[in-house]
Amino acid sequence: MKNDKLDQLYRSVIMDHYKTPRNKGVLEGSNVTIDMNNPTCGDVIHLTLQVEDDIVKDAKFEGEGCSISMASASMMTQLVKGKNKEEAIFAAHAFSDMMLGKEVDESVDFGDIEALTGVAKFPARIKCATLPWKAMEKGIAGDSE
Amino acid sequence: MLNPDIRNDFPILDQEVNGYPLVYLDSAATSQKPRQVIEALEHYYKYDNSNVHRGVHTLGNRATEDYEGARETVRKFLNASSTKEIVFTRGTTTALNLIADSYGRANIAEGDEIIITYMEHHSNIIPWQQLAKATGAVLKYVDLEEDGTLSLEKVSDAMTDRTKIVSMMYVSNVLGTMNPIKEITEIAHVHGAVMVVDAAQAAPHIEIDVQDLDCDFLAFSGHKLCGPTGIGALYGKKALLEAMEPTEFGGEMIDFVGLYDSTWKELPWKFEGGTPIIAGAIGMAAAIDYIQSIGLDAIEQHEHELVAYAMEQMRTLEGIEIYGPRDASKRAGIVTFNLEGVHPHDLATVLDMNGIAVRAGHHCCQPLMKWLDVSATARASFYLYNTKEDVDRLMEGLRMAKEYFQ
Repeated sequence: MKNDKLDQLYRSVIMDHYKTPRNKGVLEGSNVTIDMNNPTCGDVIHLTLQVEDDIVKDAKFEGEGCSISMASASMMTQLVKGKNKEEAIFAAHAFSDMMLGKEVDESVDFGDIEALTGVAKFPARIKCATLPWKAMEKGIAGDSE
Repeated sequence: MLNPDIRNDFPILDQEVNGYPLVYLDSAATSQKPRQVIEALEHYYKYDNSNVHRGVHTLGNRATEDYEGARETVRKFLNASSTKEIVFTRGTTTALNLIADSYGRANIAEGDEIIITYMEHHSNIIPWQQLAKATGAVLKYVDLEEDGTLSLEKVSDAMTDRTKIVSMMYVSNVLGTMNPIKEITEIAHVHGAVMVVDAAQAAPHIEIDVQDLDCDFLAFSGHKLCGPTGIGALYGKKALLEAMEPTEFGGEMIDFVGLYDSTWKELPWKFEGGTPIIAGAIGMAAAIDYIQSIGLDAIEQHEHELVAYAMEQMRTLEGIEIYGPRDASKRAGIVTFNLEGVHPHDLATVLDMNGIAVRAGHHCCQPLMKWLDVSATARASFYLYNTKEDVDRLMEGLRMAKEYFQ
Protein backbone atom coordinates (compact mmCIF):
# COMPACT_ATOMS: atom_id res chain seq x y z
CA MET A 1 0.00 0.00 0.00
CA LYS A 2 1.19 3.51 -0.83
CA ASN A 3 0.15 6.82 0.56
CA ASP A 4 2.00 9.94 -0.58
CA LYS A 5 0.83 12.15 2.26
CA LEU A 6 2.10 9.64 4.78
CA ASP A 7 5.40 9.40 2.98
CA GLN A 8 5.77 13.17 3.30
CA LEU A 9 5.22 12.97 7.03
CA TYR A 10 7.15 9.85 7.86
CA ARG A 11 10.35 10.51 5.87
CA SER A 12 12.94 7.79 6.18
CA VAL A 13 15.28 10.00 8.21
CA ILE A 14 12.48 10.53 10.77
CA MET A 15 11.80 6.82 11.00
CA ASP A 16 15.51 6.24 11.42
CA HIS A 17 15.73 8.64 14.37
CA TYR A 18 12.56 7.08 15.84
CA LYS A 19 13.84 3.53 15.59
CA THR A 20 17.44 4.35 16.48
CA PRO A 21 17.29 7.43 18.65
CA ARG A 22 20.54 9.36 19.20
CA ASN A 23 21.45 10.65 22.65
CA LYS A 24 18.86 8.55 24.39
CA GLY A 25 19.22 8.26 28.15
CA VAL A 26 19.94 10.36 31.18
CA LEU A 27 23.06 12.48 31.21
CA GLU A 28 25.27 11.88 34.20
CA GLY A 29 26.59 15.12 35.62
CA SER A 30 23.96 17.20 33.90
CA ASN A 31 23.26 20.62 35.38
CA VAL A 32 19.98 21.34 33.61
CA THR A 33 16.98 18.98 33.82
CA ILE A 34 13.64 19.62 32.20
CA ASP A 35 10.44 17.58 32.25
CA MET A 36 7.72 18.53 29.88
CA ASN A 37 4.52 16.90 28.71
CA ASN A 38 1.83 17.46 26.17
CA PRO A 39 -1.37 17.30 28.22
CA THR A 40 -3.61 16.69 25.23
CA CYS A 41 -1.90 13.50 24.16
CA GLY A 42 0.27 12.28 27.03
CA ASP A 43 3.69 12.64 25.36
CA VAL A 44 6.46 13.20 27.90
CA ILE A 45 10.11 14.17 27.65
CA HIS A 46 12.85 14.16 30.25
CA LEU A 47 15.73 16.23 28.94
CA THR A 48 19.12 16.52 30.61
CA LEU A 49 21.71 19.06 29.50
CA GLN A 50 25.21 19.92 30.52
CA VAL A 51 25.71 23.63 30.08
CA GLU A 52 29.15 25.09 30.78
CA ASP A 53 30.49 28.58 30.04
CA ASP A 54 27.43 29.46 27.99
CA ILE A 55 27.87 26.35 25.80
CA VAL A 56 25.61 23.27 25.67
CA LYS A 57 28.29 20.62 26.05
CA ASP A 58 26.05 17.57 26.05
CA ALA A 59 22.40 16.58 25.85
CA LYS A 60 20.36 13.44 26.36
CA PHE A 61 16.66 12.70 26.41
CA GLU A 62 14.27 10.09 27.60
CA GLY A 63 10.60 10.07 26.90
CA GLU A 64 7.48 8.44 25.67
CA GLY A 65 5.65 9.55 22.62
CA CYS A 66 4.95 9.13 18.96
CA SER A 67 7.52 8.81 16.19
CA ILE A 68 7.38 12.53 15.46
CA SER A 69 8.05 13.68 19.02
CA MET A 70 10.78 11.12 19.68
CA ALA A 71 12.53 11.64 16.32
CA SER A 72 12.34 15.39 16.86
CA ALA A 73 13.91 14.97 20.32
CA SER A 74 16.71 12.84 18.90
CA MET A 75 17.45 15.40 16.18
CA MET A 76 17.24 18.32 18.57
CA THR A 77 19.82 16.83 20.94
CA GLN A 78 22.20 16.40 18.00
CA LEU A 79 21.76 19.98 16.87
CA VAL A 80 21.99 21.65 20.26
CA LYS A 81 25.34 20.17 21.27
CA GLY A 82 28.10 22.73 20.93
CA LYS A 83 25.73 25.67 20.51
CA ASN A 84 25.86 28.61 22.86
CA LYS A 85 22.69 29.51 24.73
CA GLU A 86 21.67 32.27 22.38
CA GLU A 87 22.11 30.06 19.32
CA ALA A 88 20.17 27.23 20.97
CA ILE A 89 17.22 29.46 21.82
CA PHE A 90 17.34 30.97 18.35
CA ALA A 91 17.21 27.47 16.85
CA ALA A 92 14.19 26.59 19.01
CA HIS A 93 12.35 29.63 17.70
CA ALA A 94 13.37 28.93 14.12
CA PHE A 95 12.17 25.34 14.49
CA SER A 96 8.82 26.53 15.76
CA ASP A 97 8.53 28.85 12.73
CA MET A 98 9.35 25.94 10.46
CA MET A 99 6.54 23.90 12.00
CA LEU A 100 4.10 26.75 11.49
CA GLY A 101 5.07 26.85 7.83
CA LYS A 102 6.73 30.27 8.17
CA GLU A 103 9.91 31.45 6.49
CA VAL A 104 12.88 30.12 8.41
CA ASP A 105 15.98 32.16 9.11
CA GLU A 106 18.68 30.68 6.92
CA SER A 107 21.37 31.23 9.51
CA VAL A 108 20.27 28.02 11.24
CA ASP A 109 21.49 24.92 9.42
CA PHE A 110 18.85 22.35 10.21
CA GLY A 111 20.22 19.68 7.89
CA ASP A 112 18.25 16.45 8.24
CA ILE A 113 15.86 18.17 10.62
CA GLU A 114 14.21 19.76 7.62
CA ALA A 115 12.63 16.36 7.03
CA LEU A 116 10.19 17.41 9.76
CA THR A 117 8.76 20.20 7.58
CA GLY A 118 6.12 17.69 6.42
CA VAL A 119 4.62 17.91 9.91
CA ALA A 120 3.44 21.46 9.17
CA LYS A 121 0.72 19.92 6.97
CA PHE A 122 -0.62 17.89 9.90
CA PRO A 123 -1.92 20.50 12.36
CA ALA A 124 -2.71 17.92 15.04
CA ARG A 125 0.90 16.75 15.06
CA ILE A 126 2.79 20.06 15.23
CA LYS A 127 2.85 19.98 19.02
CA CYS A 128 4.43 16.53 18.89
CA ALA A 129 7.38 17.93 16.95
CA THR A 130 7.82 21.10 18.99
CA LEU A 131 7.65 19.51 22.47
CA PRO A 132 11.40 18.63 22.72
CA TRP A 133 12.42 22.05 21.41
CA LYS A 134 10.18 23.81 23.90
CA ALA A 135 11.73 21.72 26.66
CA MET A 136 15.22 22.67 25.49
CA GLU A 137 14.32 26.35 25.27
CA LYS A 138 12.78 26.29 28.74
CA GLY A 139 15.82 24.61 30.21
CA ILE A 140 18.31 26.95 28.65
CA ALA A 141 16.30 30.14 29.16
CA GLY A 142 15.67 29.10 32.78
CA ASP A 143 19.35 28.42 33.23
CA SER A 144 20.20 31.92 31.96
CA GLU A 145 18.00 33.67 34.50
CA MET B 1 -27.32 -6.07 12.77
CA LEU B 2 -29.30 -2.90 12.12
CA ASN B 3 -30.36 -1.97 8.61
CA PRO B 4 -27.33 -0.29 6.95
CA ASP B 5 -29.73 2.25 5.38
CA ILE B 6 -29.53 4.03 8.76
CA ARG B 7 -26.31 5.55 7.41
CA ASN B 8 -28.39 7.58 4.97
CA ASP B 9 -29.88 9.49 7.90
CA PHE B 10 -26.41 10.92 8.62
CA PRO B 11 -25.42 13.38 5.88
CA ILE B 12 -21.90 13.84 7.28
CA LEU B 13 -21.00 10.21 6.64
CA ASP B 14 -21.44 10.69 2.92
CA GLN B 15 -18.08 12.29 2.20
CA GLU B 16 -14.49 11.48 1.36
CA VAL B 17 -11.72 12.27 3.80
CA ASN B 18 -8.18 12.34 2.45
CA GLY B 19 -9.40 10.66 -0.71
CA TYR B 20 -11.29 7.79 0.93
CA PRO B 21 -14.90 7.35 2.01
CA LEU B 22 -15.17 8.42 5.64
CA VAL B 23 -15.24 5.71 8.30
CA TYR B 24 -16.20 7.39 11.56
CA LEU B 25 -15.07 5.38 14.58
CA ASP B 26 -14.99 8.13 17.19
CA SER B 27 -18.58 8.18 18.42
CA ALA B 28 -17.52 7.81 22.05
CA ALA B 29 -16.00 11.30 21.71
CA THR B 30 -19.07 12.62 19.94
CA SER B 31 -21.68 10.97 17.78
CA GLN B 32 -22.78 12.18 14.37
CA LYS B 33 -26.17 13.83 13.92
CA PRO B 34 -29.04 12.48 11.85
CA ARG B 35 -31.07 14.63 9.48
CA GLN B 36 -33.98 14.45 11.97
CA VAL B 37 -31.93 16.33 14.60
CA ILE B 38 -30.48 18.84 12.16
CA GLU B 39 -33.99 19.53 10.87
CA ALA B 40 -35.41 19.97 14.38
CA LEU B 41 -32.74 22.60 15.08
CA GLU B 42 -33.37 24.29 11.76
CA HIS B 43 -37.13 24.27 12.28
CA TYR B 44 -36.79 25.81 15.71
CA TYR B 45 -34.56 28.63 14.47
CA LYS B 46 -36.63 29.20 11.33
CA TYR B 47 -40.09 29.23 12.88
CA ASP B 48 -40.19 29.15 16.68
CA ASN B 49 -37.13 30.90 18.05
CA SER B 50 -38.01 32.99 21.07
CA ASN B 51 -37.13 33.18 24.73
CA VAL B 52 -38.99 30.83 27.04
CA HIS B 53 -41.16 31.19 30.13
CA ARG B 54 -42.17 34.75 29.32
CA GLY B 55 -45.60 33.87 28.15
CA VAL B 56 -47.26 36.62 26.25
CA HIS B 57 -46.54 36.20 22.56
CA THR B 58 -47.12 33.21 20.33
CA LEU B 59 -43.53 32.41 19.47
CA GLY B 60 -42.67 32.54 23.15
CA ASN B 61 -45.40 30.04 23.84
CA ARG B 62 -44.23 27.72 21.11
CA ALA B 63 -40.62 27.84 22.27
CA THR B 64 -41.68 27.20 25.86
CA GLU B 65 -43.88 24.29 24.84
CA ASP B 66 -41.09 22.72 22.83
CA TYR B 67 -38.50 23.28 25.55
CA GLU B 68 -40.69 21.82 28.27
CA GLY B 69 -41.75 19.09 25.85
CA ALA B 70 -38.08 18.19 25.54
CA ARG B 71 -37.95 17.82 29.32
CA GLU B 72 -40.85 15.38 29.17
CA THR B 73 -38.98 13.44 26.46
CA VAL B 74 -35.94 13.17 28.75
CA ARG B 75 -38.15 12.15 31.68
CA LYS B 76 -39.63 9.30 29.69
CA PHE B 77 -36.18 8.36 28.31
CA LEU B 78 -34.87 7.86 31.85
CA ASN B 79 -38.20 6.70 33.28
CA ALA B 80 -38.05 9.39 35.96
CA SER B 81 -41.28 9.91 37.87
CA SER B 82 -41.51 13.66 37.33
CA THR B 83 -40.16 16.40 35.06
CA LYS B 84 -39.23 18.23 38.27
CA GLU B 85 -36.38 15.73 38.47
CA ILE B 86 -34.92 16.69 35.08
CA VAL B 87 -32.54 19.67 34.96
CA PHE B 88 -31.08 20.73 31.64
CA THR B 89 -27.33 21.37 31.82
CA ARG B 90 -24.53 22.03 29.37
CA GLY B 91 -23.58 18.36 29.55
CA THR B 92 -22.42 15.63 31.90
CA THR B 93 -19.48 17.67 33.21
CA THR B 94 -21.69 20.58 34.24
CA ALA B 95 -24.17 18.20 35.87
CA LEU B 96 -21.48 16.44 37.93
CA ASN B 97 -20.03 19.78 38.98
CA LEU B 98 -23.47 20.93 40.04
CA ILE B 99 -23.87 17.90 42.30
CA ALA B 100 -20.41 18.37 43.82
CA ASP B 101 -20.83 22.11 44.30
CA SER B 102 -24.35 22.05 45.64
CA TYR B 103 -25.13 18.70 47.24
CA GLY B 104 -21.47 18.08 48.07
CA ARG B 105 -20.70 21.38 49.78
CA ALA B 106 -23.87 21.12 51.86
CA ASN B 107 -23.53 17.51 52.92
CA ILE B 108 -19.83 16.64 53.10
CA ALA B 109 -17.72 17.28 56.18
CA GLU B 110 -14.11 16.62 57.13
CA GLY B 111 -13.34 12.91 57.24
CA ASP B 112 -16.35 11.91 55.13
CA GLU B 113 -15.62 9.68 52.16
CA ILE B 114 -16.30 10.05 48.47
CA ILE B 115 -15.82 6.85 46.48
CA ILE B 116 -15.00 6.62 42.78
CA THR B 117 -13.04 4.11 40.67
CA TYR B 118 -9.83 4.04 38.62
CA MET B 119 -11.78 3.94 35.39
CA GLU B 120 -13.50 7.33 35.78
CA HIS B 121 -13.37 10.10 33.20
CA HIS B 122 -11.72 13.32 34.41
CA SER B 123 -15.19 14.87 34.69
CA ASN B 124 -16.07 12.33 37.37
CA ILE B 125 -12.77 12.78 39.22
CA ILE B 126 -11.90 16.44 39.43
CA PRO B 127 -15.21 17.77 40.86
CA TRP B 128 -14.73 15.28 43.73
CA GLN B 129 -11.05 16.17 44.15
CA GLN B 130 -12.07 19.80 44.48
CA LEU B 131 -14.84 18.93 46.93
CA ALA B 132 -12.48 16.79 49.00
CA LYS B 133 -9.88 19.57 49.12
CA ALA B 134 -12.45 22.18 50.12
CA THR B 135 -14.08 20.09 52.85
CA GLY B 136 -11.31 17.82 54.13
CA ALA B 137 -13.18 14.76 52.87
CA VAL B 138 -11.31 11.65 51.73
CA LEU B 139 -11.44 10.63 48.06
CA LYS B 140 -11.14 6.85 47.69
CA TYR B 141 -10.60 4.84 44.52
CA VAL B 142 -11.94 1.33 44.02
CA ASP B 143 -9.38 -0.87 42.26
CA LEU B 144 -10.33 -2.70 39.08
CA GLU B 145 -10.14 -6.37 38.23
CA GLU B 146 -7.52 -7.48 35.74
CA ASP B 147 -9.98 -7.38 32.83
CA GLY B 148 -11.07 -3.83 33.67
CA THR B 149 -14.31 -4.72 35.41
CA LEU B 150 -15.47 -3.85 38.92
CA SER B 151 -15.93 -6.45 41.63
CA LEU B 152 -18.90 -5.81 43.89
CA GLU B 153 -16.86 -7.19 46.75
CA LYS B 154 -14.19 -4.51 46.33
CA VAL B 155 -16.84 -1.82 45.91
CA SER B 156 -18.48 -3.01 49.10
CA ASP B 157 -15.16 -3.22 50.98
CA ALA B 158 -14.35 0.38 50.07
CA MET B 159 -17.50 1.72 51.72
CA THR B 160 -17.83 2.57 55.38
CA ASP B 161 -20.35 4.47 57.43
CA ARG B 162 -18.38 7.64 56.62
CA THR B 163 -19.10 7.17 52.92
CA LYS B 164 -21.40 9.96 51.77
CA ILE B 165 -21.09 9.97 47.99
CA VAL B 166 -20.42 7.12 45.56
CA SER B 167 -19.93 8.29 41.99
CA MET B 168 -19.28 5.92 39.11
CA MET B 169 -19.57 5.70 35.38
CA TYR B 170 -22.22 3.39 33.98
CA VAL B 171 -20.15 2.52 30.90
CA SER B 172 -16.39 3.10 30.59
CA ASN B 173 -15.33 5.32 27.69
CA VAL B 174 -12.04 3.44 27.46
CA LEU B 175 -12.68 -0.16 28.47
CA GLY B 176 -16.28 -0.33 27.32
CA THR B 177 -17.07 -2.04 30.63
CA MET B 178 -20.69 -1.86 31.74
CA ASN B 179 -20.80 -1.45 35.49
CA PRO B 180 -23.44 -3.09 37.76
CA ILE B 181 -24.90 0.25 38.84
CA LYS B 182 -28.07 -1.19 40.34
CA GLU B 183 -26.13 -3.47 42.68
CA ILE B 184 -23.62 -0.75 43.57
CA THR B 185 -26.48 1.64 44.35
CA GLU B 186 -27.91 -0.91 46.76
CA ILE B 187 -24.58 -1.17 48.57
CA ALA B 188 -24.19 2.62 48.69
CA HIS B 189 -27.64 2.97 50.21
CA VAL B 190 -26.86 0.42 52.92
CA HIS B 191 -24.12 2.82 54.03
CA GLY B 192 -26.40 5.84 53.75
CA ALA B 193 -24.47 7.26 50.80
CA VAL B 194 -25.97 8.83 47.70
CA MET B 195 -25.27 7.20 44.34
CA VAL B 196 -24.20 9.41 41.45
CA VAL B 197 -24.10 7.89 37.96
CA ASP B 198 -22.08 9.27 35.05
CA ALA B 199 -24.16 7.94 32.18
CA ALA B 200 -22.40 9.85 29.37
CA GLN B 201 -21.38 6.62 27.61
CA ALA B 202 -24.40 4.61 28.71
CA ALA B 203 -27.30 6.80 27.57
CA PRO B 204 -26.49 6.45 23.84
CA HIS B 205 -26.28 2.67 24.00
CA ILE B 206 -28.45 1.06 26.68
CA GLU B 207 -31.91 1.50 28.21
CA ILE B 208 -31.74 3.48 31.43
CA ASP B 209 -34.41 3.31 34.11
CA VAL B 210 -33.54 5.55 37.04
CA GLN B 211 -36.37 4.18 39.18
CA ASP B 212 -35.19 0.63 38.68
CA LEU B 213 -31.54 1.61 39.33
CA ASP B 214 -32.70 3.65 42.34
CA CYS B 215 -29.68 5.94 41.84
CA ASP B 216 -29.88 9.39 43.42
CA PHE B 217 -28.35 11.39 40.58
CA LEU B 218 -27.59 10.56 36.97
CA ALA B 219 -26.05 12.72 34.26
CA PHE B 220 -25.69 12.42 30.50
CA SER B 221 -24.83 14.50 27.43
CA GLY B 222 -26.89 15.05 24.30
CA HIS B 223 -24.04 15.10 21.81
CA LYS B 224 -23.06 11.49 22.43
CA LEU B 225 -26.56 10.23 21.56
CA CYS B 226 -26.95 11.94 18.19
CA GLY B 227 -27.95 15.29 19.70
CA PRO B 228 -26.27 18.70 19.56
CA THR B 229 -23.27 19.73 21.67
CA GLY B 230 -23.75 22.00 24.67
CA ILE B 231 -26.79 20.24 26.12
CA GLY B 232 -27.24 17.45 28.61
CA ALA B 233 -29.37 16.59 31.56
CA LEU B 234 -29.12 15.92 35.26
CA TYR B 235 -31.60 13.59 36.88
CA GLY B 236 -31.93 13.92 40.64
CA LYS B 237 -34.41 12.49 43.11
CA LYS B 238 -36.93 15.20 43.87
CA ALA B 239 -36.35 15.31 47.64
CA LEU B 240 -32.60 15.77 47.11
CA LEU B 241 -32.97 18.46 44.45
CA GLU B 242 -35.57 20.28 46.58
CA ALA B 243 -33.08 20.58 49.40
CA MET B 244 -30.21 21.72 47.19
CA GLU B 245 -29.17 25.31 46.55
CA PRO B 246 -28.62 26.52 42.99
CA THR B 247 -25.01 27.11 41.91
CA GLU B 248 -25.81 29.70 39.25
CA PHE B 249 -27.82 32.79 39.91
CA GLY B 250 -29.49 35.32 37.64
CA GLY B 251 -32.44 35.54 35.32
CA GLU B 252 -34.87 32.67 34.75
CA MET B 253 -34.19 30.92 38.05
CA ILE B 254 -35.74 33.47 40.43
CA ASP B 255 -39.11 33.81 42.02
CA PHE B 256 -38.83 37.17 43.78
CA VAL B 257 -35.83 39.52 43.74
CA GLY B 258 -35.39 42.10 46.48
CA LEU B 259 -32.50 44.47 47.03
CA TYR B 260 -30.67 42.21 49.43
CA ASP B 261 -32.38 38.89 49.18
CA SER B 262 -34.08 36.74 46.57
CA THR B 263 -36.03 33.53 46.33
CA TRP B 264 -35.85 30.77 43.73
CA LYS B 265 -38.29 29.25 41.34
CA GLU B 266 -39.46 25.73 42.02
CA LEU B 267 -37.86 22.63 40.53
CA PRO B 268 -36.36 22.19 38.04
CA TRP B 269 -36.02 25.84 36.98
CA LYS B 270 -34.11 27.00 40.05
CA PHE B 271 -31.07 25.20 38.58
CA GLU B 272 -31.43 26.78 35.14
CA GLY B 273 -30.15 30.33 35.57
CA GLY B 274 -30.00 32.49 32.43
CA THR B 275 -31.67 31.93 29.09
CA PRO B 276 -31.62 28.16 28.82
CA ILE B 277 -30.20 26.03 26.00
CA ILE B 278 -33.53 26.04 24.18
CA ALA B 279 -32.49 24.84 20.74
CA GLY B 280 -30.11 22.34 22.34
CA ALA B 281 -32.87 20.80 24.44
CA ILE B 282 -35.17 20.58 21.42
CA GLY B 283 -32.39 19.02 19.35
CA MET B 284 -31.57 16.54 22.11
CA ALA B 285 -35.23 15.54 22.36
CA ALA B 286 -35.27 14.94 18.59
CA ALA B 287 -32.16 12.78 19.03
CA ILE B 288 -33.79 10.76 21.81
CA ASP B 289 -36.89 10.27 19.64
CA TYR B 290 -34.60 9.14 16.84
CA ILE B 291 -32.63 6.54 18.79
CA GLN B 292 -35.81 5.32 20.47
CA SER B 293 -37.46 4.89 17.08
CA ILE B 294 -34.63 2.48 16.23
CA GLY B 295 -34.71 0.99 19.70
CA LEU B 296 -31.97 0.99 22.33
CA ASP B 297 -32.09 -2.79 22.60
CA ALA B 298 -31.49 -3.06 18.88
CA ILE B 299 -28.66 -0.48 19.08
CA GLU B 300 -27.03 -2.35 21.95
CA GLN B 301 -27.29 -5.64 20.08
CA HIS B 302 -25.83 -4.05 16.93
CA GLU B 303 -22.85 -2.74 18.88
CA HIS B 304 -22.24 -6.07 20.58
CA GLU B 305 -22.06 -7.72 17.19
CA LEU B 306 -19.74 -5.06 15.77
CA VAL B 307 -17.45 -5.18 18.79
CA ALA B 308 -17.36 -8.98 18.73
CA TYR B 309 -16.44 -8.88 15.05
CA ALA B 310 -13.84 -6.14 15.55
CA MET B 311 -12.21 -7.93 18.48
CA GLU B 312 -12.13 -11.22 16.60
CA GLN B 313 -10.51 -9.56 13.58
CA MET B 314 -8.07 -7.52 15.62
CA ARG B 315 -6.86 -10.54 17.56
CA THR B 316 -5.54 -11.96 14.29
CA LEU B 317 -2.99 -9.12 14.19
CA GLU B 318 0.30 -9.89 15.82
CA GLY B 319 1.32 -7.43 18.54
CA ILE B 320 -2.17 -6.14 19.29
CA GLU B 321 -3.27 -5.56 22.84
CA ILE B 322 -6.95 -4.94 23.54
CA TYR B 323 -7.88 -3.44 26.91
CA GLY B 324 -10.98 -4.24 28.94
CA PRO B 325 -13.34 -7.23 29.11
CA ARG B 326 -12.54 -10.04 26.66
CA ASP B 327 -16.19 -10.94 26.34
CA ALA B 328 -17.80 -8.60 23.78
CA SER B 329 -21.23 -9.05 25.36
CA LYS B 330 -19.85 -7.33 28.47
CA ARG B 331 -18.93 -4.15 26.60
CA ALA B 332 -20.58 -1.21 24.94
CA GLY B 333 -19.38 -0.28 21.44
CA ILE B 334 -15.81 0.55 22.40
CA VAL B 335 -12.50 -1.17 21.62
CA THR B 336 -9.37 0.43 23.03
CA PHE B 337 -6.07 -1.05 21.96
CA ASN B 338 -2.39 -0.67 21.19
CA LEU B 339 -0.43 -2.05 18.30
CA GLU B 340 3.13 -2.97 19.19
CA GLY B 341 5.71 -0.69 17.59
CA VAL B 342 3.19 1.92 16.46
CA HIS B 343 2.45 4.80 18.80
CA PRO B 344 -1.32 5.53 18.94
CA HIS B 345 -0.83 9.04 17.49
CA ASP B 346 1.03 7.63 14.53
CA LEU B 347 -1.64 5.00 14.18
CA ALA B 348 -4.39 7.64 14.23
CA THR B 349 -2.55 9.64 11.57
CA VAL B 350 -2.10 6.62 9.31
CA LEU B 351 -5.78 5.75 9.71
CA ASP B 352 -6.82 9.37 9.09
CA MET B 353 -4.87 9.39 5.85
CA ASN B 354 -7.07 6.43 4.89
CA GLY B 355 -10.28 8.24 5.82
CA ILE B 356 -10.72 6.47 9.16
CA ALA B 357 -11.35 8.56 12.29
CA VAL B 358 -10.27 7.06 15.63
CA ARG B 359 -9.24 8.63 18.92
CA ALA B 360 -5.69 8.43 20.24
CA GLY B 361 -4.41 9.62 23.59
CA HIS B 362 -5.47 9.32 27.21
CA HIS B 363 -9.23 9.75 26.54
CA CYS B 364 -9.58 12.11 29.54
CA CYS B 365 -8.70 9.17 31.80
CA GLN B 366 -5.15 9.77 33.02
CA PRO B 367 -5.56 7.72 36.23
CA LEU B 368 -6.87 4.80 34.16
CA MET B 369 -3.94 5.09 31.74
CA LYS B 370 -1.65 4.89 34.74
CA TRP B 371 -3.56 1.86 35.99
CA LEU B 372 -3.16 0.22 32.57
CA ASP B 373 0.51 1.29 32.64
CA VAL B 374 0.36 2.97 29.23
CA SER B 375 0.87 6.59 28.23
CA ALA B 376 -1.71 6.49 25.47
CA THR B 377 -3.99 4.13 23.60
CA ALA B 378 -6.00 4.10 20.38
CA ARG B 379 -9.75 3.73 20.52
CA ALA B 380 -12.30 2.69 17.93
CA SER B 381 -15.86 3.36 19.04
CA PHE B 382 -18.95 2.21 17.19
CA TYR B 383 -22.49 3.41 16.95
CA LEU B 384 -25.70 2.59 15.15
CA TYR B 385 -24.44 3.83 11.78
CA ASN B 386 -21.29 1.69 11.72
CA THR B 387 -21.07 -1.53 9.75
CA LYS B 388 -18.86 -4.60 9.47
CA GLU B 389 -17.37 -2.99 6.36
CA ASP B 390 -16.15 -0.17 8.63
CA VAL B 391 -14.36 -2.79 10.72
CA ASP B 392 -12.82 -4.25 7.57
CA ARG B 393 -11.54 -0.81 6.59
CA LEU B 394 -10.11 -0.36 10.08
CA MET B 395 -8.31 -3.68 9.74
CA GLU B 396 -6.81 -2.63 6.39
CA GLY B 397 -5.59 0.57 8.02
CA LEU B 398 -4.09 -1.29 10.97
CA ARG B 399 -2.23 -3.65 8.65
CA MET B 400 -0.91 -0.68 6.69
CA ALA B 401 0.28 1.03 9.88
CA LYS B 402 2.03 -2.15 10.97
CA GLU B 403 3.76 -2.46 7.63
CA TYR B 404 4.72 1.19 7.65
CA PHE B 405 6.33 1.12 11.06
CA GLN B 406 8.03 -2.24 10.74
